[in-house]
This record gives sequence, C-alpha cells and structure tokens, in this order.
Amino acid sequence: MGEHRVIIVGAGPAGVRAAQAVVRAGLRPIVIDEAARAGGQIYRRPPENFKRDHDALYGTEAARARAIHEDFAALLPHIDYRPETLVWNVAEGHVWAAHEGETQPLPYDALIVCSGASDRVAPIKGWQAAGCYSLGGAQIALKAQGCAIGHRVIFLGSGPLLYLAAAQYVKAGAEVAAVLDTSPFWLRVKAAPKLAAMPGLLWQGVKLLRDLKRAGVPVLTGVTPIEIEGDPQTGVSGVTVRHKGAVKHFAGDAVAMGWHVKPEAQIADLARATFAFDEATRQWLPQTDADGRAGNALYLGGDGARVLGARSAEVTGELAAMAALADLGLTMDADRRRWLLAEKANYAKFAKGLAQAFPWPHELVAAIPDEAIVCRCEAVTAATLRASVNTAHAQEANRAKAFSRVGMGRCQGRYCGHASAEIIAAARSVSLEKTGRLRGQAPVKPIPVALKRNDL
Amino acid sequence: MTQIHQSDVAIIGGGLMGCSAAFFLRQRGMSVTVLETDKVGRQASGTNFGNVRRQGRPIFQLPLANRAIRIWRDSPQLLGSDVEYLQSGHIRVCFRERPENIGKMEEYAALAREEGLDLELLSANALREKFPWLGPDVLAGSYSATDGHANPRLAAPAFARAAARLGASIVEDTKIVHAEKVGEDFRLTAEDGRQFAAPILLITAGAWAGKIAGWFGEEIPLTPRAPTMSVTEPVPYAIAPAVGVMTPEEVETVYFRQVARGNIVLGGSTRAASYPDDYRSYVLPQNTMTQFEHLRRLAPALANLQVIRVWSGIEGYTDDALPIMGPSAKVSGLFHAFGFSGSGFQIGPGVGETMAELIATGATDIPLEHYAVTRFTK
Repeated sequence: MGEHRVIIVGAGPAGVRAAQAVVRAGLRPIVIDEAARAGGQIYRRPPENFKRDHDALYGTEAARARAIHEDFAALLPHIDYRPETLVWNVAEGHVWAAHEGETQPLPYDALIVCSGASDRVAPIKGWQAAGCYSLGGAQIALKAQGCAIGHRVIFLGSGPLLYLAAAQYVKAGAEVAAVLDTSPFWLRVKAAPKLAAMPGLLWQGVKLLRDLKRAGVPVLTGVTPIEIEGDPQTGVSGVTVRHKGAVKHFAGDAVAMGWHVKPEAQIADLARATFAFDEATRQWLPQTDADGRAGNALYLGGDGARVLGARSAEVTGELAAMAALADLGLTMDADRRRWLLAEKANYAKFAKGLAQAFPWPHELVAAIPDEAIVCRCEAVTAATLRASVNTAHAQEANRAKAFSRVGMGRCQGRYCGHASAEIIAAARSVSLEKTGRLRGQAPVKPIPVALKRNDL
Repeated sequence: MTQIHQSDVAIIGGGLMGCSAAFFLRQRGMSVTVLETDKVGRQASGTNFGNVRRQGRPIFQLPLANRAIRIWRDSPQLLGSDVEYLQSGHIRVCFRERPENIGKMEEYAALAREEGLDLELLSANALREKFPWLGPDVLAGSYSATDGHANPRLAAPAFARAAARLGASIVEDTKIVHAEKVGEDFRLTAEDGRQFAAPILLITAGAWAGKIAGWFGEEIPLTPRAPTMSVTEPVPYAIAPAVGVMTPEEVETVYFRQVARGNIVLGGSTRAASYPDDYRSYVLPQNTMTQFEHLRRLAPALANLQVIRVWSGIEGYTDDALPIMGPSAKVSGLFHAFGFSGSGFQIGPGVGETMAELIATGATDIPLEHYAVTRFTK
C-alpha cells in the first residue's frame, strides 16, 4: 500500500472512475459518499430490498448504471469506503467527515472532489406551495422510493432533464399533466450543430419527446410562467403560463421544476478553489486546468466542476485522479490522458449546445413580480430583495444577503443564489458578474450541535 | 491638479464606531467624511455576536455602556430603521466546579448597582425555574433584565445611512494608503490617488488601526483574531435572554441568543487567527467542535438543533483587552477609537457619541483614562 493519502469525495460516475484510477496506481483511497449506496444521482440506487431492476430504473442508461455499480463493488476490497458520510468542512489539509453523529479530521495529500450537481431552479410566483419539487427531487422519489410526487404532475423548466424526468414518470404509470418548457423550439434548431457532437444523446432526446407525445402529454415550448397556484393547506392546484400570446392553465397537484443543473461547488470553495464567472451559463464556476487541477492539492471531476453530464463525469473523474497521481509523482498513461481529454472536449461541445438550446431564463427571473418569494428558506420576497438594493444600497450578493436574509437559510443559497443575483443585477442595471458570488461557508450541509469528535 | 475633498472631520474606518461618530458629529453640525476600505460595517462590526450586554464589562466602562444603551433603545427613531434591538435580558452563569464565581458575581453586582446597572443573582434552583433549558452543571447566575441583543449586520450600515441623511459623506471602497499632517490639515491619500483633507482625523479602523496610528508615531500592536460563530436553523422563539458563561478558561466562554426569526446564534470558545492584510478570516472546524461541546453543557437541548452556517470576522485585540479611545498623545487634532478586543458592539454607539462630543467640545464626562494611547506608546 502506498503512503500517499488520497481522499475522493463522491461515489457517482466521476468518483467511481477516479477511485478506479487511484487503485490501479496501487494506492488505497478513502472514498466518502453521502448516500447509503454508490451510484450518485443519475445512477442512484434504491434501498437494497427494492425489486425494480436496472432496466426499469435507468432505461436507456441501464448498461452504464450496471457498469458503475459493478465496477464499484469490485473496488470495495481496495478502498476505505465511507458511505452515509457528510464532508461538512475542509481546512488546513484535512477533510472533516461526519457519520452517525461523530466527526473527525482526515488528512490528505490529494483531495479529489466529485460532488455532482443539484437542480438549478428559477423562482416562480407561488413556488413555495407544498407539492413543488425540483426535477432531481421528483426523480429521487421515483428511483429511490418508487413513488411519484403527486397524482397529476406538471413539469416546468427547461433542459434535457425536464423531458427525461417527465418520460420516466409516464413510463412508471404516473399522470403527467403537461411539460412546459420556457425555451422556444427554434433555439434547439439553432443549437443542432453543437448537439450533433453526441448523435446518440441527441437521438435519445428525440425519442423522449416522441414517447411523451405518444402518451398524449401536452408539450409546450417557449412558455412564460405566470404563477403556480395553490394554498398553504392543500398545496399546489395548478400552473398558469402564457403561450403564444394566450394564457393557459393546467390543473395538477404537484410541480417538478428545474432549468438544468449546476455544480455542487461548496466543498471546492471551502478547499479554496478560485472561481470565475462563466458568461455562457451565467454563473460562477470553480477554476481548473484541463485535467481538473484546482490548486492546493485539490482536484475536481464530474459535474461538481462543470456540468457536462453523467457520461462525461466518468471521463473527468478519471482525468482528475490521473492529475492527482501525476502530481504525487506516480506515472501517468499519456495516451489514455490524450484520449480522455478528446472525449471531454466532445462532451463540452455538446454541453454548449444544451446551454444554447435550453437557456437559463434570466429575463424571466429578473422580471419576477415583487410579491413572489425568491428565497423559500427565509421567505424573502422579490420586493424585500429589491429594497435591500434600492434603499439600503446593497450592491452585491453577500451584502444583499446580510440585509435581506436572501440565501441565509437551510439551503445556504443553493436554490435562490442564481435567481437573487439576477434580481440584484437588474435592480442595479449592472452585469451579473458585478453582483459577485455568495461566499461559501461551512457546513456544506447542516450539522447537529450534538456532533462530537471521535478522534481525541 | 486633483481636487481635495475637504471636511471638518475625516474618519478612517466605517465600522460601528466610525459610522456612529459620523452620525453624532453631523448632529453637532460638523462636516464629516467617513473613508471605508470595503463596505461600511462589513468587518468586526458586522460579524460579531450581537450582544448588547453591559454586565461583565469593567465597572469603569459602565458609564460608557449606559450611554450606549440609551442610544440602542432610541435607535428606531434615531436611525429610521430597525436594527433588531431587543431588550430581552442577559444571563451570565457559572459552572459547579467554579463556586468562587458566586462571590465574584455578588461583588460585581454591588459595584454595578452604584453605576446604575441592576443585576439579580439567582441560585441554581431559581435559575432553572426561570430558564429551564440551562444544564445541570450550571451553579448560579447573574441576570440583567435591561441588557439584550441586536443585529450586527444591520447596525453599522443603519448608522451610516442615517449619517448620510444628515449630510455626512460616506465613501466606501476607498482604502487610505497614506496620511500625514500638513500645516493645519491632515492629508489623506487613497489607493487610487484621491485626496481628502480635514483638520481633525479620527481613526476607527479596528484591526487595521494600529498601523494607521503608526503613521503618526503611535504604532499600536494589535493581535488580529477571529471569533468562532455559528447559527442554527430557525425554531419557535423560546429563549429571551442572551446567555453567557463566566469562567477564566477561554474554551468555556460560550454564549448564545435567539433572534426573533427563531435562529439561535452561537458564539465563543476558542478564537482563531485572522488575516487583516488579506481581509480574510476562517472558522477552524476544531473550534466549532469545542464550541458545540461547551454549548451542550450550558444548554443540553441545543444538541437537537442543526447548525446551518458558521462565520468569523477580523477583530483587533490589544494586549490588555481594553480599547484605545481618546486624543493622540503626539499629534493635535488626531483621535483614536479602536482595539475593542472583541467587546465593542454594545458600547459602539456610545463610543461614537462620546468621540463626537470630545471632538466638538474638547471634553466629555465619560471616563477615558483607562483607554489612553500612552499605555502602549511610552
């Protein structure tokens, strides 16, 4: 066993491939994962006693899911695997991991973070009603719990996950009231040359749309959401949108919403990665070199670095591990690296196409009505946020947070950070970049005051 | 030829001290310019615990603290905005292995009463009747009904806005890199070359102030430290007073308060180093863990809550933990108010009003002899 201490955070496609590369080099990495079973989000596994098989759970991605799960099982004798463990802080060359109420610092020579992505959501008037889920949340209910989020579900947002999740609901026998895409169809046509970088994935998208139409699900593109109706007692009752100049209403008792996903970059932030503004996707992203080096013995792979999708995550997870191994003085297969970099470039081209075809609806967010809630954790309305800019002179995101409590709740700005930045930028009439970036603060997710050290 | 921005008083440092001083100077009719490197109230003034606590301060500091408490009470009218000041009480307790603290509490209460601060001493049983969430190791406590807490994120910016409404010039994003006295005026130069001049200069630059005072031959060694702060998810409002521990051991000095929104703010135990040159401070995870440990002893029920965020800030400590406050001993027209050593929030508005009085009239009734700069520059 080597003396190099390598820690991998995350056991999704990127983390599994990173662990494989590290084990191949003769080292025994620690692999920390929040979930009870490896697979990450897209290849999330149900509890052990559930009966749905890979084909039913993962559809077209069943073969990849099976490969990830089986390859990880084969790694188990060669790694220090810590499931159901939260990395809540990183400081002074140590990862702080919490498991069953106890925590300890784990030293590392290389930290490979494959922390995945979470839903990018835009606030819609009424989205605080019970029954509003993110697309990812709606998928987790189906994959891990075998249940739908409602009897009649409305899918609202944009991006491939909108269609995938809706199609999965149809296949599982749930009623899908409508798929409402904020992106106009012509953007997809315009992005077609870039999307052609991955003909297989493009074809899958076409098939999803066909399946939805065959099931009789109304699919509307270029909608402007007006309101999610509902009341505090009974939750969601429907969605109203504007479409081709007309106001349309869809009844339903649950909404699954999301506009693509964004990196879960909190661990990278605490490990002192630098961030730069990405104009194409209108967000701040951790900076790495082509292989995934982020400096300070930190390496980033998968969607936690940049959202390129699950297939790409296998490539970038391995690349990040190879970079870490090279920096530790272990040899690297130069041909393999070249091949992986070429693959990554192709996925990146496809991801650009997706961003163009299914854009984040920033104009809609900036124009959200005053009475709409932006930050659900703290119930901060757009009016309160705008007042912190116009009256209290908050000029950037952290200041607006200090004055208005936006992003100050349980999710720490995960789900309102992008939207509040758009609203601040519009209120100030400045570029989004000028509104700054919410500084990451521990814990990565809430920890109990009962948490105890077990290493002293 | 660059234009020089002229005023009666220039203030370097837009924290609670500088902004409240500007507000009270404008009330006295003097023109004033506040120069802040970043945004007002963003450093120690905005990141501290938010205790508006008089008890436990040195007895000689109580006149200043009493002056401040009147301003806190009047703050909604005075400032035209809510800084979430709650006069909800403050309880200071000691643990059973330190019974000698009961005598110290009694002695302190007798002296404090002479300064107008009434404290109620409570035995273990009386304490638990009043505050049933205190842990079994708590031996006794001293309760101040007229202390409380406020929101540090809002206080200094509210003073800055109120000062600006009265005509003060609040200049943010302006780092002063050079200052000297030329004839009757202090000449201040910002990083980008802008110039400011005033016959009176007040330094309220917290952890950065020691160096600035050094430009005038009064360099003060300040230790930049970083408090360990945490906040829980919101839970139903149930705990009125701010709570703290009386102990000689730093690691045991934890405190907490519940805000009206329901979150419980946790602070204290070990402080870390901070880095004023980089404008950064970090919470060390090991300090968060010792803080939790001692909080569980103080109030065991807190163990059930989830902490959603930790933070820190940059605080300037003097060697005797007392501030430097008053006129310079070397340069006429120069005044200091910094080095509050992690205990400046409650007295902040009182410091501002006292410095304004001192600058405008040349005198104040508030005793300042303990804060003389000469104790470090002899």
